[in-house]
Amino acid sequence: MRRIISVLLENQPGALSRVVGLFSQRGYNIESLTVAPTEDTTLSRLNITVLADESILEQIEKQLHKLIDILKVANITEAAHIERELALVKVKAIGDIREEVKRTADIFRGQIVDVTSCLYTIQMAGPSEKIDAFINALAEVTKVIEVSRSGVVGLSRGEKSMKA
Amino acid sequence: MEKLSGASMIVRSLIDEGVSHIFGYPGGSVLDIYDALHKIAGVEHILVRHEQAAVHMADGYARATGKVGVVLVTSGPGATNAITGIATAYMDSIPMVVLSGQVPSSLIGNDAFQECDMIGISRPVVKHSFLVKNPAEIPEIVKKAFYIASTGRPGPVVIDLPKDCLNPELLHDYVYPESVKMRSYNPTTTGHKGQIRRGLQALLAAKKPVLYVGGGAIISECDKQILSLAEQLNIPVISTLMGLGAFPGSHKQSLGMLGMHGTYEANTAMHNCDLIFGIGVRFDDRTTNNVEKYCPNATILHIDIDPASISKTVRVDIPIVGSAENILDSMLELLAESKTSNDTEALEQWWQDINQWREKKCLEFDRNSGRIKPQQVIETLHKLTNGDAYVASDVGQHQMFAALYYSFDKPRRWINSGGLGTMGFGLPAAMGVKMAFPDETVVCVTGDGSIQMNIQELSTALQYDTPVKIINLNNRFLGMVKQWQDMIYSGRHSHSYMDSVPNFAKIAEAYGHVGMTISDPAELETKLAEALAMKDRLVFVDISVDETEHVYPMLIRGGAMNEMWLSKTEKS
Repeated sequence: MRRIISVLLENQPGALSRVVGLFSQRGYNIESLTVAPTEDTTLSRLNITVLADESILEQIEKQLHKLIDILKVANITEAAHIERELALVKVKAIGDIREEVKRTADIFRGQIVDVTSCLYTIQMAGPSEKIDAFINALAEVTKVIEVSRSGVVGLSRGEKSMKA
Repeated sequence: MEKLSGASMIVRSLIDEGVSHIFGYPGGSVLDIYDALHKIAGVEHILVRHEQAAVHMADGYARATGKVGVVLVTSGPGATNAITGIATAYMDSIPMVVLSGQVPSSLIGNDAFQECDMIGISRPVVKHSFLVKNPAEIPEIVKKAFYIASTGRPGPVVIDLPKDCLNPELLHDYVYPESVKMRSYNPTTTGHKGQIRRGLQALLAAKKPVLYVGGGAIISECDKQILSLAEQLNIPVISTLMGLGAFPGSHKQSLGMLGMHGTYEANTAMHNCDLIFGIGVRFDDRTTNNVEKYCPNATILHIDIDPASISKTVRVDIPIVGSAENILDSMLELLAESKTSNDTEALEQWWQDINQWREKKCLEFDRNSGRIKPQQVIETLHKLTNGDAYVASDVGQHQMFAALYYSFDKPRRWINSGGLGTMGFGLPAAMGVKMAFPDETVVCVTGDGSIQMNIQELSTALQYDTPVKIINLNNRFLGMVKQWQDMIYSGRHSHSYMDSVPNFAKIAEAYGHVGMTISDPAELETKLAEALAMKDRLVFVDISVDETEHVYPMLIRGGAMNEMWLSKTEKS
């Protein structure tokens, strides 16, 4: 099953490599990973998307907890949560296709953020599946030149929060 | 306020932390620390002959004393040579602080001379590591390193020290912190009260319980609590390789060691029990055999300070996270207040089953073969040392023979690399023990393969007058490899024969020690006694043993705990 594990990490040199190393060392696969400082600049927040069953997930959470630099670990997918991913998609846009690409972007509420005479770069935010669907839809009408995705960020809904 | 250089702060911090011994080897990046060691008195430095041995020596010291072992190595090859030792300590949860030199900060990443990314290369085998960026942080980092290494589930901590942070010209304020607090590190020590109560209820309700003790029981020093609980409830006690000594091996309730080469009664009792009470064990592959067939009727109650050890390989029914000592204390209090006891009749029946399994006498061996049997050497050693020696072992058949035939009655007496299985561990580890306890008998049980992996430390042993006794079970083979080749590879001895085994007695003599060779069974006891009587000399006793001997019992691969070979021809 796909899960998102959110982690609060001391913003120390080498701290991220301990997290990434743990995954490769113990044979857990990372689907996506985001890292950025939080409102408290001494802390970074990671969102790690993994495919894992219950027992592996339990081990991942416990092993992450053992890392000295980690303050908090939470599986935000176990309850209501919000998740978003940002993608920038560069596509070929010439002739009749130019208008069709624009329409497709509008339908998915994407924004064209860069234009040349034969290219569009479209920005798109949303759950990962929506971005998958968008890229697939574009691929049907034109040539997708390049895709850059941010990986998933997430938060629990409602009162629940992850604080140091 | 006192002003010190980075290098002097390292030495002073160690002294203020109460460190008595450091094991190390100098080199360019750490010369400032060595100069400070020369100037500041208060800590003894042991100069080894290879950095791997420095780490094993610190490790042996730590296992025997329970204190943090300290290592000092230079950058690059000094650091990489230390890695095997660090990994050994990591696998067995040994408290250790490793100080490694590093090239100056300005050269890091430049592929400078003797540069190696020690933080990176050690990352998978340390509990934590620090790269010093500012020398003013040194006292706090050292304090944190000792705190992390010795609390919770202990482990090695690396401090990497760029040379510019050690500069003797630059002075900084020095105060060694009394204590340290870290928001991200707070190991749980006291167990959950409700879980402890549930655990005790399950234990009292069990009809066929076993206490199953491991290395965690040694680390948390809860041997008295285990003894009390076992005796009050008349429960059999089984030990892992790492747990030997946590419960007296000579006690009538001890079934000895379980696992790959565990006793028939221990493995069979595990398979048939209805409750396993694991104390500081981690259910690793060498102790479970096939997890699918593992102890089918058992409820599992498990104490461990590391939550990640719980339900890692085998699903646990009642987990209790915390220090085994605290949890067992609470459990014993609850037991004292409890109005119910366990089912003594059921226990009687359980003991009858166990006594039948004991009748197999699985550790018997041929005493009239005319050859020296390795088992017989360990038995004789046990007899001559009254079972009271510190025994450090290397890795292989001799290790299993020592574990099975030297019955350990006290904790911290059995010093071996259980997790990583590091050949070359025995001699330096024995030396570390001897340095901690100069008046005790310290024996290194080894083999002709293992001893050659760190034999250069005979030189260190002379320099620091470390009279350990080396018992070399010499079978001219890599015995455990050969045993597997005999059993699994139809006897094809691919590269397991050492056809140029040196004259070990002469090697010992060349290093300035006493060398002795035994090949006649009739001489074994007298010569061994003679060696042990030379209290102030290192004696290398090279014993020619029967090379055809295998370690039994041996679990059958892929089977349950009760499926084992009992000899070359008999299966359980």
